[in-house]
Amino acid sequence: MSDSVIALEDVTLTLEGNAGPVNILRGVSMHVGRGETLGLVGPSGSGKSSLLMLMGGLETATGGSVMVLGQDLTAMNEDALARFRRDHMGVVFQSFHLIPTMTAIENVATPLELAGDPDAFGKASAELAAVGLGSREDHYPAQLSGGEQQRVALARAAVTRPEILLADEPTGNLDGSTGDAIIDLLFGLRDRHGATLVMVTHAPELAARCDRVIGLRDGALESLAEAAE
Amino acid sequence: MTMPVPVRLALRELRGGLAGFGVFLACLALGVAAIAAVGSVRQAIEQGLSNEAAALLGGDAEMEFTYRLASADELAWMDANADRVAETVDFRSMVAFTPEGGETERALVQVKAVDGFWPLYGEAVLGDGDIGTALLDTGGLPGLVAQRILIDRLDLEIGDVLRLGEQDFRLTDELVVEPDGAASGFGLGPRVIVLRTALAESGLLSEGSLYESEYKLAFAPESDLEALKIDAEARFSETGLRWRDTRDGAPGVSRFVDRLGSFLVLIGLAGLAVGGVGVSAAVRAYLEGKTETIATLKTLGATGGTVFATYLVQIGLLSLVGVGIGLTLGAIAPLIAAPFIVDRLPVPVEFGVYAGPLIEAGIYGLLTALIFTVWPLARARDIRAAELFRDLTAGRRSLPRPVYIAATLGLVALLIGVATWLSGATMLALSTAAGIIIALAILLVAARGLRAAARRLARGPLTRGRPALRWALAALGGPSGETASVVLSLGLGLTVLATVGQIDSNLRNLITSDLPERAPAYFFLDIQNDQLPGFMERAEAVPGVEDIETAPMLRGIVTRINDAPATEVAGEHWVVRGDRGITYSQDVPEGVRLTAGEWWAPDYEGPPLMSFAEEEAVEIGLQLGDTVTVNILGRDITATIASFREVEFQNMGINFVMLMNPAALQSAPHTHIATVYAEPDAEAPLLREIAEAYPNITAVRVREAIERVAESLEGLSAATRWGAAATLLTGLVVLIGAAAAGERRRVFEAAVLKTLGASRARILSSFALRSALIGAAAGAVAILGGAIAGWWVTEVVMDGTYRFEPFSAFAIVTGGALASLLAGLAFALRPLAAKPAGILRARE
Repeated sequence: MSDSVIALEDVTLTLEGNAGPVNILRGVSMHVGRGETLGLVGPSGSGKSSLLMLMGGLETATGGSVMVLGQDLTAMNEDALARFRRDHMGVVFQSFHLIPTMTAIENVATPLELAGDPDAFGKASAELAAVGLGSREDHYPAQLSGGEQQRVALARAAVTRPEILLADEPTGNLDGSTGDAIIDLLFGLRDRHGATLVMVTHAPELAARCDRVIGLRDGALESLAEAAE
Repeated sequence: MTMPVPVRLALRELRGGLAGFGVFLACLALGVAAIAAVGSVRQAIEQGLSNEAAALLGGDAEMEFTYRLASADELAWMDANADRVAETVDFRSMVAFTPEGGETERALVQVKAVDGFWPLYGEAVLGDGDIGTALLDTGGLPGLVAQRILIDRLDLEIGDVLRLGEQDFRLTDELVVEPDGAASGFGLGPRVIVLRTALAESGLLSEGSLYESEYKLAFAPESDLEALKIDAEARFSETGLRWRDTRDGAPGVSRFVDRLGSFLVLIGLAGLAVGGVGVSAAVRAYLEGKTETIATLKTLGATGGTVFATYLVQIGLLSLVGVGIGLTLGAIAPLIAAPFIVDRLPVPVEFGVYAGPLIEAGIYGLLTALIFTVWPLARARDIRAAELFRDLTAGRRSLPRPVYIAATLGLVALLIGVATWLSGATMLALSTAAGIIIALAILLVAARGLRAAARRLARGPLTRGRPALRWALAALGGPSGETASVVLSLGLGLTVLATVGQIDSNLRNLITSDLPERAPAYFFLDIQNDQLPGFMERAEAVPGVEDIETAPMLRGIVTRINDAPATEVAGEHWVVRGDRGITYSQDVPEGVRLTAGEWWAPDYEGPPLMSFAEEEAVEIGLQLGDTVTVNILGRDITATIASFREVEFQNMGINFVMLMNPAALQSAPHTHIATVYAEPDAEAPLLREIAEAYPNITAVRVREAIERVAESLEGLSAATRWGAAATLLTGLVVLIGAAAAGERRRVFEAAVLKTLGASRARILSSFALRSALIGAAAGAVAILGGAIAGWWVTEVVMDGTYRFEPFSAFAIVTGGALASLLAGLAFALRPLAAKPAGILRARE
């Protein structure tokens, strides 16, 4: 595959548990092309979220190599990884992970502030408006519904115009119609900014909207199927 | 200007309020308030002493001589330089009173003989009249005024006749305030004041008598006290002159206040350390709750440094709030207490808000907050973004990065350095710091030991069939951190209390009950040379008198050591501060052991030789062959140290630091001192016999003198106990904080246990056991710490014999267990009352 933005070679992840080491990922190799939308599917405990977190530098592989945008994430320390995410990635979680002491706009502005952007709040305001929350800028997460919180999280992930968007079951905590709206927004953002999107999901209809789907079982790739056009 | 990102993030988080920071703020505020209050009171007393310096000293300056009045030259200098001069003479004596038809009663008094100019400053307040009239002849006898304590002790009435030496006086009034009394220092008897001219026939101020003459001088307002001091000392340096002026009017009092203040500030620092444990626990708990936020920030690109700075700013701002509350309380408390304590202090006090002690307390507070928060902050910095989806608590490094460990050690060193510098008592400050660090280390080990032991016991046969005990032990051994926090804070608070308790009771023992089995009944002072044979004869004749020891007694001031000023060589050592007793002896006195050098030949008449007490010689740094110059009655005598000898001051016998060969001192006017060992029944007849025959001889009853010293220590003990109580109060706040923090966990535990069929009584007994065990463990470690510190202070610092005080120790373990139990029970009510269904549903 040409022009890979993410390239994993023989990646393993082993964690120490109370009852001994647990193999989460066993020799995963895969590539994600620029602008591609990839779906990661599999049963609970198959390692799909861990694989996503490895791509985001949130988790460190115990073996193999994780190249993202030409950089070897396994060679970076925590601070270098944080700066790398700040400059190149946006992450969306199933349980939103908004900072409860910050308003919606402050949550969205935070990555821009960390990057030293002088117009952090202007851009954050525009991004909130883009996800339909222009009137809720000064609301705290606790004052927002689940769907609204996830929209804030989407705005926060997209506001830095990242080259890569990672989403870990973005609709897992939402009801059907709210989830659909979020997915429309997510795909809209990808289309508008041309980002590469990697998404973990349990929902078949969501997987169906991806360019490509990879299945995982017991920490290994199960199958590789091109999504139907 | 845009604020840095960490500041912005910190301010946003702080908008959430100060919930969860109650214990943090209380710990910091209490510690800072205690130190600020102590410092403010010390400053108030120092200011009062400074404002009233002239009245306290009785003049702008004072020239003091031992054993003699001023010479004509000295008087001429005073007349030439001072506007006014008042002469006073101060000495100990016996006063005798014979009620009509009754037996003569006697009491030891501190006599001040004054002239018509005294007092130059301030006012002598009497019960009724004025001092000028009260001291004049009344009914053919000179007047005398006495403090209430003497009037009560001898059941006197105004107009009664009292005898001092061989002179009768009439009691004309009660002495209520002696304006320069505080500067006179510690006296063994109540004060009486008479005119010096009235003592001419008393026989009390003969050559060799032990008295001090003090000349109070009033100068013109613009006089240069330093220049006058230099001039006087240059002219009369060889005469034993001691100069004091208003720049340090009551050096004894201000030194005492300074030392006591320093000591209390150091106890306050121990309190702050206890508070620090609470601060650390509160910050740790707060940051635990922030794990998700921190991981999110890291996901969004925040570096570890940004996270550290963000929470450092938050904790820093909260610390400022805590320190601010503490400083406000510390500044206000003395002002509120002022009306109640001002009359109970024997010195003038100028209450107010003083910046110095508040700044000192503020520095201590901020440094303590930093020391105890760097560690949890450094651990927070290492929280990984992956914690958003996986609990990585177990995988976190147990120690923070080396740079933070170094920073913590640096801050600790800075705090100790500042405390040492500001307290002015290097050894005391360093020992206290070492004590706190060692105590914390022991407590930390104890806390870990307790957890490990509880874990092991919870699985052992001891708990079989005893589920409440097993739950309690399992909770103590669990990963909550409550065990460590409570053992550390309560343990350190109790350790300070135990230390103070052990030192206090050992100090009392040293002074009172630790009297040697063979202690003398009386010291007799001022025995003239020609009275000695008669004195011995009469004393030996009293039935029940077992032994009499006598020694010649002179007093002198060590002015030079190896021809350099003594204070340059020996600093502030007590031997060179003020005048000391000196004796001479032809032979090695009975029971004395030479440790180095040789004793002089019986007929030695060469240059003066001296035998010096070994321990004091070591402290000063003296060697055999060194020379010591002593000024006795205005004459310098330089002696070479020929030997060192062991002196046991605690046996209450006759002991002198300096002992010389007879030829060196025999010709100087001197008196003798005697100690008389007698059965209790013989004490009264002995006193009567000697006092009637020799009214000039002063008798000091040893037991009374000791009680008087013990009384004077009462205030010191009380102040120290209050300081320790403040420390313990902080410990209790931490304890309550820990109990409150554990409440949520206990609510859940109780819900699960109820679901499994446990009764409320059984759950309650498990909670109670847990609290009592943890408190008892803290108390047990406190006893160990208190005993070690008590031993060190008693044996090493005070050279006494340490005795473990079981009562104080028992009270502390019980108190610790009880306090922990009560706090635990108070926070067990909600868990017991909660309905399991709601709790468990909310948890899912």
